[in-house]
Amino acid sequence: MIELEGLSRTYVVGDRPVHALRDVTLTFPDGDYASVMGPSGSGKSTLLNVLGCLDRPDGGSYRLDGQEVARLSEAELTLLRRHRIGFVFQTFHLVPRLSALGNVELPMIFAGVEPGERAERAKKALDSVGLSPRAEHRPEQLSGGERQRVALARAVVMGPSIVLADEPTGNLDTASGGEIVRLLEEMNGRGLTLLVVTHDPAIGGRARHRVRLVDGAVAEEVRP
Amino acid sequence: MKGEDLVRFAFGGLRGHRLRAALSLLGVAIGVASVIVLTSLGEGAREFVTGEFMSLGTNLLIVLPGKTTTSGMVPAVGGTTHDLTLADVEAVRRRVRQVRYLAPIGIGTAPVKWGGRSRDAMVFGTTWEMQPVRRFRVATGRYLPAGEAERGESVCVLGSKIRTELFGAASPVGEMLRIGDERYRVVGVMEPRGRGLGFDFDEVVHIPISRSMKMFNRRSVFRVLVEIASRDEIPAARDAVLAVLRERHDGEEDVTVLTQDAVVSTFGKILDALTAALAGIAAISLSVAGILIMNVMLVSVAERTREIGLLKAVGAGPPQILAVFLFEAAMLSTSGGVAGLLAGLGAARVFSTVYPDFPVSPPAWAVGAALAVSLVVGLLFGALPARRASRLDPVAALSRR
Repeated sequence: MIELEGLSRTYVVGDRPVHALRDVTLTFPDGDYASVMGPSGSGKSTLLNVLGCLDRPDGGSYRLDGQEVARLSEAELTLLRRHRIGFVFQTFHLVPRLSALGNVELPMIFAGVEPGERAERAKKALDSVGLSPRAEHRPEQLSGGERQRVALARAVVMGPSIVLADEPTGNLDTASGGEIVRLLEEMNGRGLTLLVVTHDPAIGGRARHRVRLVDGAVAEEVRP
Repeated sequence: MKGEDLVRFAFGGLRGHRLRAALSLLGVAIGVASVIVLTSLGEGAREFVTGEFMSLGTNLLIVLPGKTTTSGMVPAVGGTTHDLTLADVEAVRRRVRQVRYLAPIGIGTAPVKWGGRSRDAMVFGTTWEMQPVRRFRVATGRYLPAGEAERGESVCVLGSKIRTELFGAASPVGEMLRIGDERYRVVGVMEPRGRGLGFDFDEVVHIPISRSMKMFNRRSVFRVLVEIASRDEIPAARDAVLAVLRERHDGEEDVTVLTQDAVVSTFGKILDALTAALAGIAAISLSVAGILIMNVMLVSVAERTREIGLLKAVGAGPPQILAVFLFEAAMLSTSGGVAGLLAGLGAARVFSTVYPDFPVSPPAWAVGAALAVSLVVGLLFGALPARRASRLDPVAALSRR
């Protein structure tokens, strides 16, 4: 359960403050399928970064399962990111020198999972996105859609409860984009909370819970 | 995060910029190798000098005319008020009971002629006791005959090189040769011995001390080597020698008595300073290598900004990121250290093959220290880039193009 109340985030660009988020109050129940839409610069990505504990809000409250995130230490935030949250990025963010399997293993390396168990879990995750045959390929040897599937496997390999996807189909053609959406929805079907940031109405429209941001504020919210 | 993962991860990171990594590794290697080579030379010089003094024999006192307050160092010539005569030497022998052998030395240079050949040689005036004191070995014939120091026969003993140059293959024992204006009979030839304390004993002609003092018109001996019966008696013997000579020189203490230990320890101090200076020079090259490492690591952090952002997003904490980059730097510098160690030891070995007379020995502490220092250099100069990496803002890092 994600509860946001009066959330704000202000950057200073040059000498002018930019209000990336202003007074955002939203609730995402467990297992929610939500899309965040809006023109570029509307604060979609900032919202996602705050939810993913990569960025700290400077006003309001963010409670994750009843726990006030602002009060957590850096080490506790690291544990949250490691165990509770999976990220999917528009530009995939795979480590180029590691194989597909190595990329999926990455979160488990920092969590201190034993190598044997690690490889097994990574293979299973790759299998779930249909990429087992390409496990030893490096990112440069994979197509865009395949790369994003590796990133998906990496996002869920630690068994998070929330997946945050920032324009997951933004760099993909329609066919592979569709495949990614299908996989994400499949994960949501298994109980994961799924938040997708997108400017593509065809993708955003599929979510049950739709949020529209304009200039950092919630302009429209459609709840199931 | 597990140790082996750390190794694999750091290694993977270094593979991304092999040339730069190799160059900075080379930098550390040169630094460490220079530490090894320079300290080896310093230590070698110490062993050389110590060995020289030890080759004098054991339990020695060295008596020199002239007084100096400097402990250990040989005083400059001059300032003598009384000569240190052969009579003084004999008085010491009679009255200092700890004396085992007493060998006065007088030196000078004179032409030595035999047949048609002639050359200048160091003429080393002494007595038969020089042989046990300096552990001289005679190849053929015998050393100077025993007898009172003041009465010298016209006999000489040749250094091995002099013998070869003057006589070639012929046997010199029993031959008459000319030293300066006098005729001497050759009674023996020394075994080759090499350099010692500044002169080459192979190029020396030994004659009785009284002869050499007449030949060079000296009243004072150059110095006297006194071998004491046992090591424990050295201080007492030293005092006794000084007392005897003070009495004979109208109460004036105008001689210097050195103990072998004092000389060795003085040289030891000088050579310690030399070694430290050489190590300091080498340390400079190590710190330059450290800056190279810092450069490589800064570039690495900059190049991998996006990766660092990703690592943070997948749950790597700042301490883990710090560890990854510190380890990478340490790995780079210690492999440089090992390479430098091998190169340095190799160079020391080559040096000792080329100059076998000069002992080059890499001191054990330098080997350990070189590795430790290279590790420390890596950690020290890796700290700044690693801290920078661990403190990167993940949002900014991820959005970097």
